[in-house]
Amino acid sequence: MTALEMDRADLARHAHGIRRRVLEMCRGRGQGYAGQGLALADLMACLHHHELRRGDDGRYRDALVISTGHSAIALFAVLGELGVYAAEELATYGMDGSRIEESPLEGLPGFEITGGSLGQGLSQAVGIALAERLAGSGNRVFCLVSDGELQEGQTWEAAMAAGHHRLEDLVVLIDNNRTQADGLTASVMGVEPVPEKFAAFGFAARRVDAHDVDALLAAFAQARATRDRPSAIVLETTLAKGVPCLEEYRNTHYIRVEDAVWARALDELEAAAP
Amino acid sequence: MSPETTAPPSPRTRDAPFADALLALGRRRDDIVVLSADLSRYTDVLPFAQAFPDRFFQCGMAEANMIGIAGGLAKRGLLPIAVTYGVFATRRAYDQVAMALCTGPSRAIVVAFLPGITTPFRATHQAIDDLALMRALPGMTVIDPLDATELAGALDAAAAHDGTVYLRGLRGAVREHVEPDGFAFELGAVRTLLDGGDVGVIGTGLGTEWALEASERLAQRGVHASVLHVPTLKPVDQAAIAAFCARFEVVTTVENHTTIGGLASVVAEALARTGAATRVEAAGVPDVWAPAGSLDHIKRELGLDPDALATRLEENR
Repeated sequence: MTALEMDRADLARHAHGIRRRVLEMCRGRGQGYAGQGLALADLMACLHHHELRRGDDGRYRDALVISTGHSAIALFAVLGELGVYAAEELATYGMDGSRIEESPLEGLPGFEITGGSLGQGLSQAVGIALAERLAGSGNRVFCLVSDGELQEGQTWEAAMAAGHHRLEDLVVLIDNNRTQADGLTASVMGVEPVPEKFAAFGFAARRVDAHDVDALLAAFAQARATRDRPSAIVLETTLAKGVPCLEEYRNTHYIRVEDAVWARALDELEAAAP
Repeated sequence: MSPETTAPPSPRTRDAPFADALLALGRRRDDIVVLSADLSRYTDVLPFAQAFPDRFFQCGMAEANMIGIAGGLAKRGLLPIAVTYGVFATRRAYDQVAMALCTGPSRAIVVAFLPGITTPFRATHQAIDDLALMRALPGMTVIDPLDATELAGALDAAAAHDGTVYLRGLRGAVREHVEPDGFAFELGAVRTLLDGGDVGVIGTGLGTEWALEASERLAQRGVHASVLHVPTLKPVDQAAIAAFCARFEVVTTVENHTTIGGLASVVAEALARTGAATRVEAAGVPDVWAPAGSLDHIKRELGLDPDALATRLEENR
């Protein structure tokens, strides 16, 4: 294998590990944001094992800001893989008294802000990017939002500010899973065309298949090379990606199923192990 | 009556005390950053913006985003001071203040101008409910300063405080009741400004000024008021408030705010907590939108002008 192929194989293994942790986290109570966690596994693997840079102290110097609070499960899973959270603790996801909350607050390891009151994360990412620019750190800021979240007006106030301030080290990642609490985004309140909207606010915007690792890495490279303006990457995701028995819930915002389904999901995932 | 007999002695004023205090703070600390939502000229922020252009962030007419950006700046260890009008800082950006500034270890200062009825525009600009809203947020410190001295001192105290602070601002030529030399603002402390003993009055912010005006009138009628000043609405020294009230059958609270959820509630809560039997009469904005017009006009309409308020105090004894 070439170095590139090894890197790809490595990322696939990491994505698989994230998916396994997502399923294990949900199995405890038989419920959780498994659809989002599985959908974002490839992204989290590519971010944490490829794109986000670490400082001399080993900590990430580039930031990932999670605006979509319930997507925390994906971050918990990758941080579990990195050893920040133990598997036993992750298994208490959403349980009474656990700090592994379904929508956690600022201050928990890995969580830069309080997401979850949707539409507020991008403003805070803009603030972090302005602070990094003021400090001359060169640190980059990635902000994960969802397509449904684009219905919140504050997202566009923040986009306007990012474009105005030409925050070239800011990358907005839009999880375009086309689903929200009340149903399909297109029927609840259509948000497309998303790249064109961000482009109109001064972003370099593109759309990628978020389950194609090569496409993700290429989009990251383009964002890195883009100067004088922020970047927006519209991630075409499929809820519950990679686990066929859960993909049938791809139009479901929150999954609550019998233990047998979680067991089968884990079997299906292992069968597809890279 | 002629103006000579009704006008109080004209108090000293200071021009743009917030501008001076902010500038001085910015010179002392390079972690101070300031944000405005298209009101830098109207909230005495411009001198800071001109002196420290790198540390001033113009956010345009978007208060929710401004508070969010402040939160982001705070996450990187800066101390953001977000300055706008009280109505916008609270009603427009309440969820943002709560989530971005009050849930984490990071903190900021929100400075809110045009408090209460100090603006001629009615419901759109009069922040009559901001203290109640801010007081309800977990961990939030809430300050309504009396004058230029307290405003400047409160800004310094807020900057030294490890937590988010909501501070009402006073702009332009601001009265100076408190001697600035040697003054240090102490968060949560209350102060007795008059101790006549005949009637009990508790004020906050400009409400204390109005209480002092009314007390002068009362003195001319031979009635001497005790005035307790409560510049910090939260946290507050409940025991000191209860001890003050214990000397009176009735106390009157005076505030530049709705009588729901502000100072009247602070005092009532302190009394209920301690089991004291003193009754509380609330002067301020009753449960209506205050009228438009000059401050003097609105005060007269609400019975907060010196003569009317003196009469109310005299009745509540």
